[in-house]
Amino acid sequence: MAFINYSAREINCKLVYYGPGLCGKTTNLKYIYEKTAGEAKGKMISLATETERTLFFDFLPLSLGEIRGFKTRFHLYTVPGQVFYDASRKLILKGVDGVVFVADSQEERYEANIESLDNLRGNLREQGYHIDKIPWVLQYNKRDLPNSIPVEELREALNPTGKILDFEASAQTGTGVFETLKALAKLVLTELKRGNK
Amino acid sequence: MSLTPQLVLFEEDHKKLVAVSERLTHDANAKAVFLIDRNGQLVTEAGELKGIDTTSLSSLVAGNVAATTGLAKVIGEPDFPIHFHQGERDNVHITLVAQRIIMVVIFDDRSSLGLVRLRVKKAGQKLSQIFDEIFKRAESDDGADSPFAEISEDDIDNLFSD
Repeated sequence: MAFINYSAREINCKLVYYGPGLCGKTTNLKYIYEKTAGEAKGKMISLATETERTLFFDFLPLSLGEIRGFKTRFHLYTVPGQVFYDASRKLILKGVDGVVFVADSQEERYEANIESLDNLRGNLREQGYHIDKIPWVLQYNKRDLPNSIPVEELREALNPTGKILDFEASAQTGTGVFETLKALAKLVLTELKRGNK
Repeated sequence: MSLTPQLVLFEEDHKKLVAVSERLTHDANAKAVFLIDRNGQLVTEAGELKGIDTTSLSSLVAGNVAATTGLAKVIGEPDFPIHFHQGERDNVHITLVAQRIIMVVIFDDRSSLGLVRLRVKKAGQKLSQIFDEIFKRAESDDGADSPFAEISEDDIDNLFSD
């Protein structure tokens, strides 16, 4: 649910990075933070455990530029991926405008991806959203690892209709990170244009 | 798309909200007052702390309220409408207004918790009225006057042509 502020001439949108534990959600945000010019980004906040696993969320505010005199600001959040943090994931999804689902391409995480996408579907449904009705994109992360399975297999499991925009990525090196973000930002703005509330 | 309508704030709404916030800052002897929506977006700010990182503040306050609301539900409470954090110098008083807005008052030893509570209650009623109007308008609005109604695909593309 975007916040349109005529007084500050700003549009604020909330994007959430979702996916199984250790799939690279935080690494996506860290890369975006590192590669974004100072004036376009705010402080990155990570609420993490002592072992640097996400405990509640990571947060990164970004400014993308102006559209017709309105500043477009995106608030990027990650959820904690570990299964037992489901209550926190539900909280972070509230008011979401778009989702990046980060899938882990490693063979041993195949089932975890499917479970996490089901979990996303369920948590959205609980809040009255339907996954087919919100802007979302898929990222097949860790493509650089030797144990990654072919994209076709991941696509068959996670994007069987092929209707969802999907991207190959390696968040560690940055490959595909900005492509994913831009695609989602575009979908969200297009949704706003439609005025579909 | 969502169950709650978009929050759309016009200049006159902003003026009314700032007026109440500034009055509250003065009456409660507070350092600053922030209004933040439950999704972590800053709506208005007033007082002497204008230099602080309000984006981070808003996101963390919203996360805090979300977590304590979740906690409330776990123990069978619908919500914890008032939160208070006591620091060495500064204290933070957090209240929910009109279900969707978080009112944050930051104060030091020039004020007291009792005074802040008293003033917050009065300001909260005024803010509720203003926000009720804003939300009512948003519900009846068909989105036709959204600034995004007229933008083109090219406008969106241009944003990404770096």
